[in-house]
Amino acid sequence: MTTMQRLLQLPVNAVNMVKTVQSQVQGQEEAKSPVLTPDGAQQTWYNALQPDELRHLRSSSGTGGGGGGSGDQEERATLEEGGGGGGGSFQTQPLRHDDLKEMLDSNKDSLKLEAMKRIVAMIARGKNASDLFPAVVKNVACKNIEVKKLVYVYLVRYAEEQQDLALLSISTFQRGLKDPNQLIRASALRVLSSIRVTIIVPIMMLAIKEAASDMSPYVRKTAAHAIPKLYSLDPEQKDQLIEVIEKLLADKTTLVAGSVVMAFEEVCPERIDLIHKNYRKLCNLLIDVEEWGQVVIINMLTRYARTQFLNPNINESLLEEGGGGDKKFYASDEDEDEDEEKDKKAEAVTMAKRKPYVMDPDHRLLLRNTKPLLQSRNAAVVMAVAQLYFHLAPKAEVGVIAKALVRLLRSHSEVQYVVLQNVATMTIKRRGMFEPYLKSFYIRSTDPTQIKILKLEVLTNLANETNISTILREFQTYIKSMDKDFVAATIQAIGRCATNIGEVRDTCLNGLVQLLSNRDELVVAESVVVIKKLLQMQPEKHSDIIKHMAKLTDNIQVPMARASILWLIGEYCEHVPKIAPDVLRKMAKSFTNEEDIVKLQIINLAAKLYLTNSKQTKLLTQYVLNLAKYDQNYDIRDRARFIRQLIVPTEKSGALSKYAKKLFLALKPAPVLESPFKDRDHFQLGSLSHLLNAKAGGYQELPDWPEAAPDPSVRNVEVPEWTKCSSREKRKEKKVEKPFYSDSEGESGATESADSESDSASGSESGSEDSRSGSESDESKEASESEEEEEEDLKTKKNKEKPLKKPVQESESEQSSEEEVRKPERKSKQSKSDSESESESESESESSESESEDSEDSEPELKKKKKGAPSKPAFKATKKDNKKEKKEMSLLDLDDFEPAPSPQVTPVNSFLSNSLVTDLEGLSLSDSALMPATIAPSSALKSYELLHRITGEGLSVEYCFSRQPFITDANMVAVQVHFTNNSTSDTKSLHMEDVKLQSGMRVKEFPEIELLPAGETATAVMGIDFCDSTQTANFQLCTHTRKFFVSIQPPVGELMRPFFMTENEFKKEQGQLMGMNEITEKLILDVKCRNEHAIVQKVTTAANLSRVPCGSDKECSTPPPPPKYPVYRFAGRTVTSSSLVLVTVATKDQGAAQLTVNCEKMVIGTMLVKDILLALTQ
Amino acid sequence: MIDSLFLINHSGDIFLEKHWKSVISRSVCDYFFEAKEKAVDPENVAPVLQTPHHYLISIYRDKIFFLSAIQTEVPPLFVIEFLHRVGDTFLDYFGECSETVIKDNVVIVYELLEEMLDNGFPLATESNVLKEMIKPPNILRSVVNTLTGGSNVGNTLPTGQLSNVPWRRAGVKYTNNEAYFDVIEEIDAILDKSGTTVFAEIQGVIEACVRLTGMPDLTLSFMNPRLLDDVSFHPCVRFKRWESERVLSFIPPDGNFTLMSYQVSSQNLVAIPVYVKQNISFLEAGSCGRLDITIGPKQTMGKTVEGLMVTVHMPKAVLTVNLTATQGTHTYDLATKVLVWDIGKLNPQKLPNLRGSLSMQPGAPKPEENPSLNIDLKIQQLAISGLKVSRLDMYGEKYKPFKGVKYLTKAGKFQVRT
Repeated sequence: MTTMQRLLQLPVNAVNMVKTVQSQVQGQEEAKSPVLTPDGAQQTWYNALQPDELRHLRSSSGTGGGGGGSGDQEERATLEEGGGGGGGSFQTQPLRHDDLKEMLDSNKDSLKLEAMKRIVAMIARGKNASDLFPAVVKNVACKNIEVKKLVYVYLVRYAEEQQDLALLSISTFQRGLKDPNQLIRASALRVLSSIRVTIIVPIMMLAIKEAASDMSPYVRKTAAHAIPKLYSLDPEQKDQLIEVIEKLLADKTTLVAGSVVMAFEEVCPERIDLIHKNYRKLCNLLIDVEEWGQVVIINMLTRYARTQFLNPNINESLLEEGGGGDKKFYASDEDEDEDEEKDKKAEAVTMAKRKPYVMDPDHRLLLRNTKPLLQSRNAAVVMAVAQLYFHLAPKAEVGVIAKALVRLLRSHSEVQYVVLQNVATMTIKRRGMFEPYLKSFYIRSTDPTQIKILKLEVLTNLANETNISTILREFQTYIKSMDKDFVAATIQAIGRCATNIGEVRDTCLNGLVQLLSNRDELVVAESVVVIKKLLQMQPEKHSDIIKHMAKLTDNIQVPMARASILWLIGEYCEHVPKIAPDVLRKMAKSFTNEEDIVKLQIINLAAKLYLTNSKQTKLLTQYVLNLAKYDQNYDIRDRARFIRQLIVPTEKSGALSKYAKKLFLALKPAPVLESPFKDRDHFQLGSLSHLLNAKAGGYQELPDWPEAAPDPSVRNVEVPEWTKCSSREKRKEKKVEKPFYSDSEGESGATESADSESDSASGSESGSEDSRSGSESDESKEASESEEEEEEDLKTKKNKEKPLKKPVQESESEQSSEEEVRKPERKSKQSKSDSESESESESESESSESESEDSEDSEPELKKKKKGAPSKPAFKATKKDNKKEKKEMSLLDLDDFEPAPSPQVTPVNSFLSNSLVTDLEGLSLSDSALMPATIAPSSALKSYELLHRITGEGLSVEYCFSRQPFITDANMVAVQVHFTNNSTSDTKSLHMEDVKLQSGMRVKEFPEIELLPAGETATAVMGIDFCDSTQTANFQLCTHTRKFFVSIQPPVGELMRPFFMTENEFKKEQGQLMGMNEITEKLILDVKCRNEHAIVQKVTTAANLSRVPCGSDKECSTPPPPPKYPVYRFAGRTVTSSSLVLVTVATKDQGAAQLTVNCEKMVIGTMLVKDILLALTQ
Repeated sequence: MIDSLFLINHSGDIFLEKHWKSVISRSVCDYFFEAKEKAVDPENVAPVLQTPHHYLISIYRDKIFFLSAIQTEVPPLFVIEFLHRVGDTFLDYFGECSETVIKDNVVIVYELLEEMLDNGFPLATESNVLKEMIKPPNILRSVVNTLTGGSNVGNTLPTGQLSNVPWRRAGVKYTNNEAYFDVIEEIDAILDKSGTTVFAEIQGVIEACVRLTGMPDLTLSFMNPRLLDDVSFHPCVRFKRWESERVLSFIPPDGNFTLMSYQVSSQNLVAIPVYVKQNISFLEAGSCGRLDITIGPKQTMGKTVEGLMVTVHMPKAVLTVNLTATQGTHTYDLATKVLVWDIGKLNPQKLPNLRGSLSMQPGAPKPEENPSLNIDLKIQQLAISGLKVSRLDMYGEKYKPFKGVKYLTKAGKFQVRT
């Protein structure tokens, strides 16, 4: 019963009430106008709609009554004629559209919304609403968000048809593209790119390019989505789009990865070279990408791997060719042993020709990283991984996918259908893998027929000597099924088992013969056809069966079966010499009533008998041929004529008649019963093309394995190489160009790039043009820095040594430890001056390097980190020398440096993680998450007291903000808590309780410390989401005996995390955060902090920000002297809401300076200004 | 990828269409209708059809065909899985997925479809993200909306899409914090005539209903995780921890979701809770047959078997049945030839029995095959595999949630051949 019917039964008042509830059904909305403003216009609209409403009621009650919705059909038909011009029932249509227009023109949002809802409902039903376009498009700038959304829906649907009018809306979207809110930017781009209007292609192109370098990953994702849209609109743009794709492929966020690969597949799937640099990153990100993206990426990587790696089964495939087709894989242990033996032999054979196969580590990386996805809840992901394993994995490893695929068989029947098709193909190649799951393919009487038939196919493919008896027993049950199509398929399956497995041939044949007495004709017919095929294999043994079948001609009416019997008798007439002529006699009698294929076989039989036994059958044959001569079917007439000439010797008969016997009674090879799924695996499994067994549009062929592996080093990320040349050039160009400590900032910039470099080696690379050009200047700075280091140092030594020393050496040690990992060559030099611990850490880093890169190597990494600390004192002592030496070394390095020889380079970013996964978690949050690690000067961590020794009765607790991303929740600030037990007794079960928070705040408690022995210390990390405010987090710190009320209040500078941006980006963003969001203060810098380094140091200590490299800045790159009044910029984002925080310190004459803070959150901005001011002036 | 979507009802009306790329005429569905005619049973329509210019991939659920038109190569499962996700979303939003409800909420449906796909590629399929953007309808809100002119579209922007836990919306608040887990196991089995098990396995699923404030981090551990052979998880589950510690660690989505599904290791023998003694025979000569079915408890672990039901698809020749049941009720649908015997609770003292005669169409040949029996049953508070949840811990939030675990065993595809 439809709602309409329900309504009809209700009293009028009730109707109104319910109508308000059910606001979407079209007919009902008319009655709602009383709720709306009752001005004149509305009234007419209300009245005018009456007849229309009635019509609607009629048609929808018709649908509800189960009448097949004929009303609807009718409506559609007339509509398609031309928007309401025709049909009598449609005279109200234009009227209604007028009313909708009026509603859209009104200034009431509710009316507009109402109208839009109805229009969308029309679109949904496939009705034409295009004539409303002008009225709708006016509302594109409407404030009401729902109206706006519906207008977008309308626009996207009709813009293509009304291109000129659609242009009116473009400016709105262009404005939206500039909106500070990323979600609005994204949605504007989305709609703009969905409007298929050719004229705006340049605008779209521009918008996409801009969005591709947007700092919000969500906007970048939208840009990736827009690429195929633009491409389909104007393929001419391909080259430009490829550039954008290349750039987006380098993106490190999981949000973008799936979408950009999708764009890649649609626009330029042939440009496989674009993947090289991103391959490892994609592999590593894969697990965190959303499920749809995973499918696309996996499919693409399968293709990629086929072009780049060697066939892991190369030895086996040789063997297979030699060993014959009937070999089983892992059929049993024995078999496996056999296999192994054979393998060994084969290896021995091939060894001479081939070097042993070694899997490319990147190949291994792909297999390893996709394996967990077999556990996905999404069938498409599981299938994608399965096909990847099938096409790429070594034979011994393919087995893992079987279990997952069998699991999918429990899913919806459509999923089963597709999975079974693929399993069927797989079972032909790799039978062993599914053998343990044989029973999962057993058929239930409730399965849909198409599923039954596919399962049967799989069972047949799985049949071998060991399990055939079980399978046949199972088939026996199926033959009795009521589903006749299925029975016929079963009989065929039995036939195939019988041909493939010699042992059971007789059993099968006997079983099939029994079926000949089945009451169902279809079953009998199918059996006859199959028996015919089987008999062909060994006819001499089975003359009794042939006799039996000859008798069946009286009963069987199915033409195919009759034809088969006749053919059999004719073919083997020498085995049944007595019966054959008799059969011919009977057939001659009924000839005229037979089907065409039967007639043909009768002629055939007659001819064969004539040749073998002309005495008995001569007259019969002539009779049959005469009948055939006048048949209606020309095939039969032709055949009769041809055969007569051939077999009946006349004076005119040509040379051919001599060979008649040879022609007719030649030995025919037995048919091979093959699976229809044979050789389907040349299509990529899981693809549409595979399913249809025909190439679908846009299908990318799965390439064959290459003979020799292409250079694996293409996947190495080339940053080091680039550094080498560019920095060399740069150095020549600008020899002495700027103050050496151009700052520690510059240095940390360099470390940053070192960082991202090593990252990229581990898979998440920073290939993007941007970041390169961004770090370019840093790199060169690094080089020049070391040269100038000394001068500058001497100059400023006196007054700056103290403030400088600590942080510098800090960041240096950090940097060097990182560099060591990359450049072990340097070690010999360095270790001369360095302490043991240093070289130790180096050897360690080396070992970690040689390890296959993996999540496991985080352990050495951690160790290395610890080692970093002991090496510090050594550094301190030799600081001066060190610097000197370092300068030389870095020169050498840059010259000699080769890209890391092994493709695996350990990720150096030890700060982030204890496993690669968490590493990547960090990545997925936002691209900024990576940066902070190196920037945070760990020595500068300021400790705050949480619990004093005295109030804590011996337990003292301090906390500091570690400035590391909090792993489990990106929105939290990591707080490191140090416990010191100063008492004489042990403290037990130290934990948090009763957390009292302001609304919105969240705390991730530190894990309970079970025991803190007297005099010991312990450290724990907790996460607090302060919601971008400096509110305190109050909680109780509990020991086994006592509870202490404590609170943590963050300095405003800790509520943010560094964010890396280029100077241009910075300026752009700053431009958008003017007015209320900008706070400026003038100040006089403290005497001690007038140089660059000090300023940077002070600011980054006060707030967790990152320096914006001034590489492209004019003031910096102008040749000496250094800019007189440099400007320092810092950027970050607040932890919870990711609002940008931009800090600018512009120095002026005489230590004067101007501090500017731009931040969306004004409170944060104000507080930050105070803090930084304090830091710089003290 | 997916170009257009058509929703088609049982009788072949296209009641909704949505295009993500250029409009594809609905006449493309004619190819589908042709195939549907041919297949007779809607279940037998091939999910993938090829037409001259398009490929049609369809699913059939809740008496609706979801038909998508596609122009280029795309993994079929990708589309099928997505279409089911669409169906799930409707179910989630409207409580059911039927033609009426879709027609009633056509605007919301349209808005949902708009958000779920962008240019044919899935954009937001997580229910929590969608709900942030488009609020599900409820009566109260509709009333308020019409009075105030409010709307169903959320005013907040969907921040969920940006977070690293896209399945959970931010700022969840509840006064009662509860987390319920239902461990539901289904026995799939085929028993042959003599009662021996041809094939049996246990499929389990853990359905969760979590209503917890804030951003809780849950850890669910089992007494005997070794039992689980093959598992698949909701994306929220941390796979690494499962691999290393065999615990489920996750930040749950808000509301109802399927946490994991699993299969019990096939080495274990599957306990079959009931046995069936049956004797169905059709007399060769006469136009009648006999039926005698008795069901008794087998391995029930001391629990009561409830909701016992036997469904028999009779051969077409059976006209009427004349049966008496010692317990429960039985019905025979003359049109579909389905005999349903609803037994209810199984009483071990007095075994339920159904016997009587079947009258056949005169002159029709004796059916060769006896119909198989499909058994349905339920056992409360028992996971037949023996799986037990040992504990649930919550981190990240300070309150104490109410936790509950329920077990249920059901018959899945439980078939007795006769």
